[in-house]
Amino acid sequence: MQWTFENIVIITFAAIALGSAVMMITRRSPVVSVLFMILNFFSVSAIYLMLRSQFVAIIQILVYAGAIMVLFLFVIMLLNLQDDKKLTENISYKKLSAVIMALLLFSSLAITAYYGFLGKHKTLNPAAETQGTIESVGRELYTTYSFPFELVSLILLAGIVGAIVLAQKKFE
Amino acid sequence: MGIELLITAIKITIVVNVVLISVAYSVYAERRVSAFIQNRLGPNRVGPKGLLQPFADVLKLALKEDIVPSNANKPIHTLAPMMSIFVALTTIAVVPFGNTIELFGSVIALQITDVNVGILYLLALTSLGVYGITLSGWSSNSKYSLFGGIRSSAQMISYELSMGLSVVGVVLITGSLSLQDIVIHQFGWKWNIVLQPVGFIIFLVASFAETNRAPFDLPEAEPELVGGYHTEYSSMKFALFFLAEYANMIVASAVITTLYLGGWQFPYLQTFGLPPIVTSLLQILVFCLKVAFMIFFFIWVRWSLPRFRYDQLMNLGWKVMLPLSIANIVVTAIVVSLLK
Repeated sequence: MQWTFENIVIITFAAIALGSAVMMITRRSPVVSVLFMILNFFSVSAIYLMLRSQFVAIIQILVYAGAIMVLFLFVIMLLNLQDDKKLTENISYKKLSAVIMALLLFSSLAITAYYGFLGKHKTLNPAAETQGTIESVGRELYTTYSFPFELVSLILLAGIVGAIVLAQKKFE
Repeated sequence: MGIELLITAIKITIVVNVVLISVAYSVYAERRVSAFIQNRLGPNRVGPKGLLQPFADVLKLALKEDIVPSNANKPIHTLAPMMSIFVALTTIAVVPFGNTIELFGSVIALQITDVNVGILYLLALTSLGVYGITLSGWSSNSKYSLFGGIRSSAQMISYELSMGLSVVGVVLITGSLSLQDIVIHQFGWKWNIVLQPVGFIIFLVASFAETNRAPFDLPEAEPELVGGYHTEYSSMKFALFFLAEYANMIVASAVITTLYLGGWQFPYLQTFGLPPIVTSLLQILVFCLKVAFMIFFFIWVRWSLPRFRYDQLMNLGWKVMLPLSIANIVVTAIVVSLLK
């Protein structure tokens, strides 16, 4: 592994991402969990930025940290969960499966990191410089992947219509 | 690489300090202008014409006792003002305040960073501004703060939509998301305010709502909510919210100038045949004057219009601004594709 400036920045943000992810699932207070999750999103977005994916990095913040987490925060605040005991659970098989899945995830990440740093991909692929820009993402989205893209918009439309129907029932 | 880092660091230092000093003086300007609008004098005792008043204010706030309510969530209560000021100050990073300048034999871009997703960066950071306010409202453990925080988040989420959609018109005309490209495209008479009048009005109104300024200052409507989300804050934490509010106003003015009022462009200045250094300096001056005018406009509106009612605010946001901004996109897209 080479200790270049970029690698050091990426490793720093990766460490923050992992640390905040662990903090997020271990905190008692849901609001604190949400805050650590935002920190996690930020560091993941910084990693995207170091990999020259500007568009994905910004969308990560705009959509997840900006929109979804605000709604999340709203729900938590308005529910105002005072009772911490409700949030603890003691089902052992869940813990067991969680540990196994975490080990699997860690090993796959470790293998990727090992091959990524020691193997052939020592430097960033030059093609990646242009792939992450909004122009290339847009071009791919509207040519190669136009059908799935339209399909996704249809699914979202169904969601919007569903929300309106639900809200109307409540007011009538 | 070393010299570039140094130049960037110098640019960041200068820009952040200019913004902070402008914050101090827009508070002074607000008090003086409001006084003249109401036929009073305003602060005129500290220093000549009261010009040292901002420093006296800062000193007063710094010396006050810092009170945290006993049932407040202390870490989040401390974090919230920091988040507010962080969002307010980082937004300025992509705003170009000039074209390029030649100093000591190297060409320096007059912008902290020119990312090619500049507009998305702006929108992403403005959407984060909600956090500081929501968290301050919640962590104070007081009903007035909570109401203020929730009101303000609902308001910001509602107006963010029309704000983002109104910018799409500008992007369609320019064909780029970089703010520097957008300014360069507004050469001569082709300011976006002329090409996108509807988009400009939507963006302007949405900026007022996003910065929580009157007539959309419901989060701090004092007759109902005492101080709104910062009711339980004092000393420098309160000062940070105050700072963030005015920094947001200044950044919003800079963004409006960049997107719609031609940024640093003065009509046909490049064709006058002035020496390049003079042109560059004049462009910075033009940019500052435009921003100063927008700040004055913000103050002017605040002391001229009464506050909206909450249902009026929501109706305007969802039933007027949103359809209007979508119609604006459709019309702009048709015209742009026809002219191509």
